Amino acid sequence: MAIDVDPSRLLPELPLPSGPPALAVDGLMLFFGGLRVLNGVSFEAREGSVTSIIGPNGAGKTSLFNTVSGFYKPAAGAIRFRGASIDALRAPARAQLGLARTFQNISLFHGMTVLDNIKLGRHAHMKSGVLDALWYRGRARREEMELRREIEEKIIDFLEIDHIRKAPVSALSYGLRKRVELARALAMRPKVLLLDEPVAGMNREETEDMARFILDVKEEWGVTVLMVEHDMGMVMDISDHVVVLNFGQVIASGKPREVAANPEVIAAYLGSGNVEDLRARVRQGAQAKRGAV
Amino acid sequence: MRIGTAKTSYLADEALFDTAVQRRWMVALLAALVLFPLFAGPYWLYLGCLVAINVASATGLNILTGFTGLVSLGQAAFMGVGAYTVAWLEINLGTPFLLNLIIGGCSASLIGMVVGAPSLRVKGLYLAIATIAASVILHFLFANWTAVTGGASGLTMPPATFFGTPLDQPGKLYWVIMPITVLMVLGAANLFRTRVGRAFIAVRDRDISAEVLGIPLLRTKLTSFALSSFYAGVAGGMWAYFFRVITPESFPLVMSIFFLAAIIVGGMGTILGGILGATFMTMVPEALKLIVGGLSPWLPDAVALLSPVRTIVFGALIVGFLIFEPRGLAEAWRRLRRFFHLWPFKT
Ligand SMILES: Nc1ncnc2c1ncn2[C@@H]1O[C@H](COP(=O)(O)OP(=O)(O)OP(=O)(O)O)[C@@H](O)[C@H]1O
Ligand SMILES: [Mg+2]
Repeated sequence: MAIDVDPSRLLPELPLPSGPPALAVDGLMLFFGGLRVLNGVSFEAREGSVTSIIGPNGAGKTSLFNTVSGFYKPAAGAIRFRGASIDALRAPARAQLGLARTFQNISLFHGMTVLDNIKLGRHAHMKSGVLDALWYRGRARREEMELRREIEEKIIDFLEIDHIRKAPVSALSYGLRKRVELARALAMRPKVLLLDEPVAGMNREETEDMARFILDVKEEWGVTVLMVEHDMGMVMDISDHVVVLNFGQVIASGKPREVAANPEVIAAYLGSGNVEDLRARVRQGAQAKRGAV
Repeated sequence: MRIGTAKTSYLADEALFDTAVQRRWMVALLAALVLFPLFAGPYWLYLGCLVAINVASATGLNILTGFTGLVSLGQAAFMGVGAYTVAWLEINLGTPFLLNLIIGGCSASLIGMVVGAPSLRVKGLYLAIATIAASVILHFLFANWTAVTGGASGLTMPPATFFGTPLDQPGKLYWVIMPITVLMVLGAANLFRTRVGRAFIAVRDRDISAEVLGIPLLRTKLTSFALSSFYAGVAGGMWAYFFRVITPESFPLVMSIFFLAAIIVGGMGTILGGILGATFMTMVPEALKLIVGGLSPWLPDAVALLSPVRTIVFGALIVGFLIFEPRGLAEAWRRLRRFFHLWPFKT
């Protein structure tokens, strides 16, 4: 018994990738004191796909993202980014390679305007030094103007945030902040984009918008998306591949409908109890969501 | 040509002074700075130079503490490094004063980076203590490296010369000190229109997510230290040319506290704050002195009686500002501007 997914909504199968996966994680182990947060996590995110990581609260999803982006140093395991090992690189160097992310509890700079927040994303790709900056005319100005134009034309238009570009972030609603954070990540020229719960706490309409943006980012920008999300409707709708994490271990992975059909996954995800009952609830939720997206 | 138009409009949109009113006021301010020496007597010129030197140094500290969030009590010691370097060069090599000032700034900058090196691990008050320790070490060097610093008696140096003319009066030095300060302040303002300044603010506000955006913490913090102490070094060099006697007591720890107070009173993390704060902190004691002096015809003992009161009033004014305008004079200024709706500086 699968969660009902309208086959026409599923994305066409991607051709098998010829090159290496955009991101490959192999046997990651991470401990906090005695707590084993990641226990041999392995998976691959294919170039140009949307891969979702799901799992109950505390499963280690955010910790996995933190390890991939370079905050946490794993006790064991390897991370390969487009075929090359990035284990030795610190967070800023990984960002410069094109590994961008958003945070579960939004981490924008509140005193700055939306525009400045987005500009920050480009930092690693710009070259002006202190002297250029003090003088401003010349290289610094050229770079800043290029950046401004690109942000205006490619990002602000795309994410429909024209009306707030000069607003301080502290004045924005939660949904808009999530969108600005995505804008900042896009300014990083990402090749792989990690989104930690991009639609948590959003209403139906905002969720729809975000799902559309994510699909556009994948299809038009050619960015590989890795997403942690609890909203099963959205996960089922836009993912090419789903990885299920529980207690720091991958307990299942595959196409959305395969994963959704797995009773072990449903039990783990929603806690124990009557599997049939839970399955019905999941189905209901997914359908409600799909009606919207 | 749509792209052409768009580009010009972004340029205009990101200008330092983006309205005609602002530009007019800036021109007026510059004109006032140019005309000031024509009308001011020597005492006011002396004060004008002192204010300019303090503004330069406070702006530097504001870059580090206000914009990058690294509390430092080493600013006076870094000024000392600049001052001693400039004096030594002037006395021993007689190189041109502009070159000396730049070298003074650079040597302070190097020392600043060494002092800032622990800032990756050490934060807040602990960093402040580390900078105090560095100041103590530098003062020890000033007092004991006699071959270079002249020991306890210090260095006495000749005035700067400009094509043979000695710049030995505040009225002449004003034309060196004021333009340099204006350039330094404009440079600092430019900084925060670019990636460098944005990175400073990002490190101040959330250093962890700054790293994920590709901003290396240590490098950014060291850059901020280097720049801030460069400003201190140049300010110290100008101070040296202004007073021409440098002793180990010239740059005491209270002077660092003075600059910290200046940016707090003025407004941390705003360029205007450094200017207003340093001006306020330099001028208010003088103004109080004038007031007390003005009272003496009526109160013959005024000076003797009221001198201690002066210090208390000064302290009370600072405390008052912290209570009623915790975000500094720059914020009060902004409110005033909104009130009159016709003010030169950006919100
Ligand atoms: N910095 C930390 N120090 C100690 N324990 C931590 C730390 N970060 C996370 N943990 C623990 O690691 C486990 C996994 O946390 P994590 O935030 O990765 O879960 P998650 O899957 O993202 O959960 P959620 O869905 O609630 O966001 C939890 O038990 C958590 O308490
Ligand atoms: Mg999480």
